[in-house]
Amino acid sequence: MSEPVAADPLSADVIAKVAKLARLELTAQEADRFARQLGDMLSHFADIDALVLDDVRPMSQPYALRNVLRDDTVDPGLDRDEVLAAAPATEDHRFRVPPIRGVAP
Amino acid sequence: MSTDGWELVIGLEVHVELDTRTKLFSASPNRFGDEPNTNIDPVTLGLPGALPVLNRHAVELAMRIGLALNCDIRPSSFHRKNYFYPDMPKAYQISQYDEPLNVDGWLALPDGTRIGIERAHLEEDTGKSTHVGGSGGRLHGSDYSLIDFNRAGVPLVEIVSRPDLRTSEQSRQYVTELRGILLAVGASDAKMEQGSMRVDANVSVRRPGDPLGTRCEIKNLNSVRSVGRAIEYEAARQITMVEAGDTVRQETRHWDEGDGTTHTLRTKEDADDYRYFLEPDLVLLAPEDEWIDRLRSELPALPAERRAALSEVTGKATDSEAVIVVTERGQDSYVLAVGEAGGDPARALIHVKEAFAAFGDEPAVPAQDLAALTRMESAGALTPTQAKAVLAEMVAHSGGDPEKIAADKGFEAMDTLALETLVDHVIKDNQASWETYCAGQDKAIGALIGAAMKASRGQADGKAVTAVLRTRRSTA
Amino acid sequence: MSGPASDIAMGVRDGSRSAVTVLEDYLARIDAREPRIHAFNVVLADEARHRAADIDALVANGADPGPLAGVPVALKDNMCTRGVPTTCSSKILEGWRPPYDATVVHRLSEAGAVVVGKTNLDEFAMGSSTENSAFGPTRNPHDPTRVPGGSSGGSAAAVAAGFVAVSLGSDTGGSIRQPAALCGVVGVKPSYGAVSRYGLVAFASSLDQIGPFANTVADAALVLQVIAGHDPADSTSIPQPAADLSDVLTEGVAGVRVGRIVDLPSGADPDVDERLEAALETLQTAGAKIVDVEVPAFTYGLTAYYLIAPAEASSNLARYDGVRYGLRVDATETNAMYAATRAEGFGDEVKRRIMLGTYALSAGYYDAYYGKALKVRRLIADDFERAYQHADVLLTPTSPTVAFPIGERTDNPFAMYLCDTYTIPTNLAGHPAVSVPFGTGAGRLPVGVQVLAPMLAEPMMFRVAAELERAVTS
Repeated sequence: MSEPVAADPLSADVIAKVAKLARLELTAQEADRFARQLGDMLSHFADIDALVLDDVRPMSQPYALRNVLRDDTVDPGLDRDEVLAAAPATEDHRFRVPPIRGVAP
Repeated sequence: MSTDGWELVIGLEVHVELDTRTKLFSASPNRFGDEPNTNIDPVTLGLPGALPVLNRHAVELAMRIGLALNCDIRPSSFHRKNYFYPDMPKAYQISQYDEPLNVDGWLALPDGTRIGIERAHLEEDTGKSTHVGGSGGRLHGSDYSLIDFNRAGVPLVEIVSRPDLRTSEQSRQYVTELRGILLAVGASDAKMEQGSMRVDANVSVRRPGDPLGTRCEIKNLNSVRSVGRAIEYEAARQITMVEAGDTVRQETRHWDEGDGTTHTLRTKEDADDYRYFLEPDLVLLAPEDEWIDRLRSELPALPAERRAALSEVTGKATDSEAVIVVTERGQDSYVLAVGEAGGDPARALIHVKEAFAAFGDEPAVPAQDLAALTRMESAGALTPTQAKAVLAEMVAHSGGDPEKIAADKGFEAMDTLALETLVDHVIKDNQASWETYCAGQDKAIGALIGAAMKASRGQADGKAVTAVLRTRRSTA
Repeated sequence: MSGPASDIAMGVRDGSRSAVTVLEDYLARIDAREPRIHAFNVVLADEARHRAADIDALVANGADPGPLAGVPVALKDNMCTRGVPTTCSSKILEGWRPPYDATVVHRLSEAGAVVVGKTNLDEFAMGSSTENSAFGPTRNPHDPTRVPGGSSGGSAAAVAAGFVAVSLGSDTGGSIRQPAALCGVVGVKPSYGAVSRYGLVAFASSLDQIGPFANTVADAALVLQVIAGHDPADSTSIPQPAADLSDVLTEGVAGVRVGRIVDLPSGADPDVDERLEAALETLQTAGAKIVDVEVPAFTYGLTAYYLIAPAEASSNLARYDGVRYGLRVDATETNAMYAATRAEGFGDEVKRRIMLGTYALSAGYYDAYYGKALKVRRLIADDFERAYQHADVLLTPTSPTVAFPIGERTDNPFAMYLCDTYTIPTNLAGHPAVSVPFGTGAGRLPVGVQVLAPMLAEPMMFRVAAELERAVTS
C-alpha cells in the first residue's frame, strides 16, 4: 500500500453524531484524534473508488447456506441466580437501570 | 366528528406474538406470566458469544399468516436494526428489512372492501421494563427501571397494511377481522389487552385529490375501541391544525386512553439511524414449495368464508350484526350443526347471538336440543316469550328437552279453540275497547291484546290473538 | 508424524504416561517464564491438576478419555468458559464469569484435554501485536523485547514457550496466522463455518473463526479434528463433520500445483521474501509444480476488511452497555450510563474501530463504504476462484516482517493494520489458511510461510504444510 496521504479529518459534527450513535463519551482530545485518524484511514480506503462495482453482487457471508432451522422444543436455560449474580445492579430478580430518557423505537 | 371535505388516510401496523413453545432464536420457553428472568439463555440475554438459531414453527406460523392474508411467500433474509435501549439485550433487534417473508397481500373487510397488505415479516420481541418512582409507573419522571427479559426473543410477526383505510370504523373492522384470521390459523391468541396483538396507527389527512398529507404514528392502542377513538381524535387534531394554517409535524404520538388525546413521543429528528445490515449470524430463509403448498392446503376456513356459509344457511346478510358477532365468537359451526340436526338455522342464529355471549366456540347447549326448540317455535307451539324462557333454562342447565321444559313451566301452546274462547272473553270484558276497535280505531287493539295476555298469563301468542280479533271484526 | 500433543495423548491413553506428571512439567515452565512473557490472563493450576488426576483415574479404570487425553491446552480469553473469567482482555469484561461454555471448550473437554489457562489478546481481538490488551502486552518468547503478534498473541506465545502443548486462538484478519509466524509455531485458520463460533465472543461475525496453535502440523491437525464439525447452535456452521486429516500428512506434494501470486502487494521485508522463495523451491524439489497466478483484487483486501470488520464489530460490541454484565459506570440516566461505561471500559483501538464501523454503516455513508466493501469482497472471492482453477494451493508470506519491537507501531494505527496485508483476503473469502514456521529472518527471528487453500480444502492444505515442515525439521 502507498505511504500515508495527507487527508482531511472528519468534521467535529460528524464525529459527535457518530459518537452519539455508538454511545461513546469522548474527551475533546479523543474526538480530535479520532477525527484525524479516521480521516486518514478513509483517504487510504479511497483506493476502492478505482474499481468498477456496478454489476458486482455484495458478499455478506462466505458460505451460502439456507434454511437452517431448529425444532420448537424447550431446552433448559440458564440459572437465574448465576446470571443475576453477574449483573451490576438488580432488584426483585430484575436488572436495575437508571431512569430511561426517551422512548423505545 | 366532522371531516367534511377531508379525506382520512390510515395505515395500520400490527405486531402479533406467535403461539410457539419457544422463542424465535433460542429454545427458552415462550410463556406469558412466569417469574421474571426465568425464561433466559445466552441468546435472550445477549451474552457475549451467543448465536441465534431460527425456530421452524415460528416460520410456519408466519407463513400461515401470509397465506391467510393472500401474500406471496418469498425467499427472505434477516437484518440487524441497531439501537440502544435497556430492554434490547443485544442493542440490536433481529428483524427483516428489504427482503421480508410475506409480501403483497390483502384483507377483506366484512363488506368486501379490500385493504392491501404490504408485508408481514418475522422479528424478535424486546424485554419488558417497569418504571419505579415517578407517577403511576409511567416512564416519565421515574427514579429507575427494572428489566425482565422473559419476553425478549419471543417471535413476532409485524403486519403492515397499505394506507387504504379511510375511516375509524374501517380501522376497527380491520383489526377485528385480522384478529379473527390470526385465531383461525392458530398463529396467536391475539389479545390486545395482554399485548399479544399490538396496533399502531399511521394517520394523515388531505383534501380529496390532493397529495398525501404528513402522517403521524399513534402508539399505545390497547383495544379495538381505542383504535377508533384515537384515529378520530388524531384526524380532528390534524384537520384543525391544517385549517388554521399550521403544518402537521411528522412524529410518533402516544394515545392517552384516560384523557382521550394524543401527545408527542418522538419527532422524526429524534429518530435513530438504525444502520440496517444483513445479519451475518443467520442464513437465507427460502421455504420449499412443498412446505408452502402443504400449508396452503391445510389452511382452515377463514372468518370471511365462515360468514358466507352462515349467511347462506340462515339467509341473513354476511355483514349483518348477527352473522358477524356469531362468527367472531366462533359459534358459526354450532349454528350450522343446529341446522343439520333438523332445526331452523335462522331462529338458531338469533338465539345464539342473544343468549350465548358467555359461551365460547363450543356452547354447552347440545345442538340437537336447540334444534328441537326452534322446531317447536316454527310449529307455533311456543310464543317468542315462552321460547326465550325455555332457552334460558337450557342455558342454565347446559341443555335439556325443550318440550319437557315447556311442559314443566306450564307453557301449552294454545289451540285454536282455546284461543277463540279467550278472545270471546276479552271482547265481553272489554266492550268499550272492542267497540272503538270495530269503529275503525286500529290502535284500540292494543288494549284488547293486553287484556288477552293478562287473562292468559302470557301464554297467548300476541300475533295469533291479533289475527283472531281482526277476523272477528271483519265478520262482525 | 507427531508432536508433543500427539505423543502425550498416546502415552496417557495407553497408560505409559501420567497426565498429572505431564501437567507438572508444563506448570514448571509457566512458573519459570510466565512472569516475563505474560501469555496468560489467568492460570488455572489447581483446576488443571484436578482434571489431570481425573484423566489418569479414567485410564486406570479402563476408560478412554479421548484423542487429547491429558494434553495441556490454553484458550484465548475470548472463548466462554463457564465459571472462569472471560475478559477479552478488556476492562469492560474484567471479572465476568460466563454461565456457559463455548462449543469448542466442550469438545476439548470431551476429548480429555486439560485446560491450563486463558490467554492474553488484543482487546476484543482487535489488533496485530497484543499491545491493545487492557492488562499489558504479551512478549515474544524468542525475544521478549518484541511483540508476539496479535490478536492471539498469548495463545501463540504459550505454545512457543512450552507453557502448553497446544492452544486455541481466533482469526478474523490474521489473528492466528500472524502471531504463529512471529512466534515460530503452526497456526491454522479453518474454512469459515468449519469450527463452531458458539461461545466465541464475536468481533466480526462473517470473518471470525477459531483455530489451533501447535508446535507441529500433526498436532494442529489433531486439535482441528476434535473441535471442527457441524454444530446446531451456530447457524453458519457447515453441515458436515470435521475433515479427516489422518492420512494426508504423509502424502507428499508430487504433482500438486502450488501458486505464486505474482501481483501480491509488495511491502514484505527482504528476509521474509527470501523465506517464501525458499519455501517454493522446497516444494518444487519435492515434486510440486509452481505456477504463476494473479489475484488482482488481493491488494484491496485491507480496505474491504477495515470497513467490514469494524462495521460488524460496532454492532457486536453494542451489547456492552453495563445493563446485564460487566463494567458499569453509573449515571443519572441510561444513555449517559452507556456512554460513560463504554468510555471507561473500552481501549483506544476498540473505540476507534467502533467509530469507524458506525460511520461506515450510517445513513448516507452505507453505500460509499460498507456497501462498496461487500462488493470488493465478492471480487476477491471471485479472483481466488479463478486462481484456484490453475493451482491447488497458494503460497505467500504470512507477515510482511518478523516480530517488531514492543511500542514501535502503537502510535500509528495504519502501520499496525499493514501487518495483516497477506492474511486478510482469506478471511474475506472464508477460505482456510495455515502459517508454517519456515526458518528465520533478521535477528534470527522466526518467519512463517502461509499456505492458502480453497473452501473446505483442509486436507490439501495440510498435505502441503506437512511437506514444508519436513523440509525445515529435517
